[in-house]
Amino acid sequence: VRACAGPRLGAAMMEGLDDGPDFLSEEDRGLKAINVDLQSDAALQVDISDALSERDKVKFTVHTKSSLPNFKQNEFSVVRQHEEFIWLHDSFVENEDYAGYIIPPAPPRPDFDASREKLQKLGEGEGSMTKEEFTKMKQELEAEYLAIFKKTVAMHEVFLCRVAAHPILRKDLNFHVFLEYNQDLSVRGKNKKEKLEDFFKNMVKSADGVIVSGVKDVDDFFEHERTFLLEYHNRVKDASAKSDRMTRSHKSAADDYNRIGSSLYALGTQDSTDICKFFLKVSELFDKTRKIEARVSADEDLKLSDLLKYYLRESQAAKDLLYRRSRSLVDYENANKALDKARAKNKDVLQAETSQQLCCQKFEKISESAKQELIDFKTRRVAAFRKNLVELAELELKHAKGNLQLLQNCLAVLNGDT
Amino acid sequence: MAAEREPPPLGDAKPTDFEELEDGEDLFTSTVSTLESSPSSPEPASLPAEDVSTNSNGPKPAEVVLDDDREDLFAEATEEVSLDSPEREPILSSEPSPAVTPVTPTTLIAPRIESKSMSAPVIFDRSREEIEEEANGDVFDIEIGVSDPEKVGDGMNAYMAYRVTTKTSLSMFSKSEFSVKRRFSDFLGLHSKLASKYLHVGYIVPPAPEKSIVGMTKVKVGKEDSSSTEFVEKRRAALERYLQRTVKHPTLLQDPDLRQFLESSELPRAVNTQALSGAGILRMVNKAADAVNKMTIKMNESDAWFEEKQQQFENLDQQLRKLHASVEALVCHRKELSANTAAFAKSAAMLGNSEDHTALSRALSQLAEVEEKIDQLHQEQAFADFYMFSELLSDYIRLIAAVKWEAKVQQGERDFEQISKTIRKEVGRFEKERVKDFKTVIIKYLESLVQTQQQLIKYWEAFLPEAKAIA
Repeated sequence: VRACAGPRLGAAMMEGLDDGPDFLSEEDRGLKAINVDLQSDAALQVDISDALSERDKVKFTVHTKSSLPNFKQNEFSVVRQHEEFIWLHDSFVENEDYAGYIIPPAPPRPDFDASREKLQKLGEGEGSMTKEEFTKMKQELEAEYLAIFKKTVAMHEVFLCRVAAHPILRKDLNFHVFLEYNQDLSVRGKNKKEKLEDFFKNMVKSADGVIVSGVKDVDDFFEHERTFLLEYHNRVKDASAKSDRMTRSHKSAADDYNRIGSSLYALGTQDSTDICKFFLKVSELFDKTRKIEARVSADEDLKLSDLLKYYLRESQAAKDLLYRRSRSLVDYENANKALDKARAKNKDVLQAETSQQLCCQKFEKISESAKQELIDFKTRRVAAFRKNLVELAELELKHAKGNLQLLQNCLAVLNGDT
Repeated sequence: MAAEREPPPLGDAKPTDFEELEDGEDLFTSTVSTLESSPSSPEPASLPAEDVSTNSNGPKPAEVVLDDDREDLFAEATEEVSLDSPEREPILSSEPSPAVTPVTPTTLIAPRIESKSMSAPVIFDRSREEIEEEANGDVFDIEIGVSDPEKVGDGMNAYMAYRVTTKTSLSMFSKSEFSVKRRFSDFLGLHSKLASKYLHVGYIVPPAPEKSIVGMTKVKVGKEDSSSTEFVEKRRAALERYLQRTVKHPTLLQDPDLRQFLESSELPRAVNTQALSGAGILRMVNKAADAVNKMTIKMNESDAWFEEKQQQFENLDQQLRKLHASVEALVCHRKELSANTAAFAKSAAMLGNSEDHTALSRALSQLAEVEEKIDQLHQEQAFADFYMFSELLSDYIRLIAAVKWEAKVQQGERDFEQISKTIRKEVGRFEKERVKDFKTVIIKYLESLVQTQQQLIKYWEAFLPEAKAIA
């Protein structure tokens, strides 16, 4: 499956979708729209212009347009895989200079397993259903696969756009290499040893986190932010999971309409009485109404579930920032204590002084940028929620009205007949 | 399709032929043992004397002569052989009939025959005419409602009593509006009486609603939860539909048992109403079919009309089952959706609480409220899905099981033509009813969907400005 995730949604791709549900409806730009105030300026514009799904991997074509002197050309493309995005993300996280920023959350791994499994099951069960049913279901599953594909493309794209929009991160060298270097970055999936190291690092971090979060902050702003973020993150997590379940039930109900439509169709064609026309009309209604219901489910998924999922990840990134700041505060306080000790013993005072200075600087630098980052986070969040909630309501209305019209038309015909 | 509109012929009373019963008896008893139903208690004892005479209306004296042999065969027994008695003859006469009656266990046990005096045929005739007239327009002026479920008694002996209200202008009823209290076993008793009288002669007797031990136990034990109220409501609706279908049938409507059921304040307690489950019926149908196949008398298998109908009903049955399964899945998923929407609503409310931007916080709370309302909507829709659509389908699947059996009925040569005529007419009537039924219910169902969409529009229209107000 090839897909264009950018504004140019290839006509070829849309072809097969005519009879199937159009999962991304008007949202060609997918999740990019979540972060509303991303100023894409002429200095640096990044998007994913193409993507190719092969057996196990997805190959993204990252396309850059830039007037910055850092790059050899003004416009160029490279092919990247998911692991390379992760590598880039991790390099930001590990960079001490960026401790004071909210690192844009890494895109989730492309996961077509469920979809592939369903397609396979369908293939196996081909004998047990009518040709018409089979075609219908196949189209549906293919559309689902395509939707997942588009989503993963969008999520990788939004990551790059966030980086490109960030005044500091956009200048990062690794980022430029990622964008420009047209060979494989050879960041093969982490081997076992590295994974284990990661595991221990995270363990220590969370243990640390417990200690550090016990420290009350002198600064009201950060104290408030900490309380807020901890609670918010948990609730967003819960809301995201429940929203997911809701949209999935919605989809199941829509799928049932499909089967009902097929059964009615079978009844309509085998029957010899005049109820046959009736059944056929109702079957048609169910088919059409099902498409709308599937779209409702897809739109809810996009506008609500995905929004919540994204802010789950962002709020985690914000928490990580707070953690890093707390960590540097602890370091600063420890350096103070060490300095006092050194002065008392009158030993290695200069060393202790320098160390203390550095810690102080680091802490203050982080605090300053963190404050701005957190304020920006709020602005982004509010804008994104507003945009998505408005669009959600508008789409729900559109679909409900469409459904209503469909039902009323059908009833008019049926009542006219009887 | 031979859907003649003339009344069933009041043929001559055929002398019963008892010799053939010998073989039939064996067949009968063997089927008895496999069906392990216990004999019913002597009904006649509990029938008030007056009722016997009032109910013994018949167009002509039934040549019902109880014979010792037959009494053995048919255990304890009373059943009026009134109405259309010539068609009733087969029960007394030909060999095949015992094989046929096992379709319902109660007929097995007590295809009750009673010698009676025939009186007041005149009244009966008039009402029959009335009905026959209206039968042409297929509209009988009679309305049945089942309402006010009330728990009577306590513990495991408790039961639900339902009010059965009849509104009618038909003269065969003594009043134009009346109601009685009936319990579930009364309905089953009515069905078993009707089935024993009419099934084997080719009439399609609407099946009674299913028994449910689990559901009923919960009610008895006094569990006042939503599942037991749901159960009672489901049952009430099913009983109502059952009666409505039964009275729509021109022949059944004339049946004195039915009248007694609707009218009399006291009804003899019907016992032995076990095993009238859908599965039970199917088992019985299959056994009856097997028994029939064993018979040496194979009637007119080449009768094209029967073959065609049988095939048609097979297909219809299959299709309906499939449709029913899909609708049941829809009901299930809709309930799930409702639950998940409610959970999401709560979660969104919590999220709104912790959001520190005031306008966004308010909008999220509003979203939670909208979702809560939508959850209610889903619940109501699931209700409609079920009661209108799914129950209709399951009713018909059970009805078709009865009809499929009809097509298999093989009778003694003598009566075959008669029964065949009846069956054809019944099938014709059934198909007409079916068409009407389906159309009405599906249209009602679609209207419920319309309502849901209209509500959705209202809710989202109210929410939109709230979302836009986030500054």
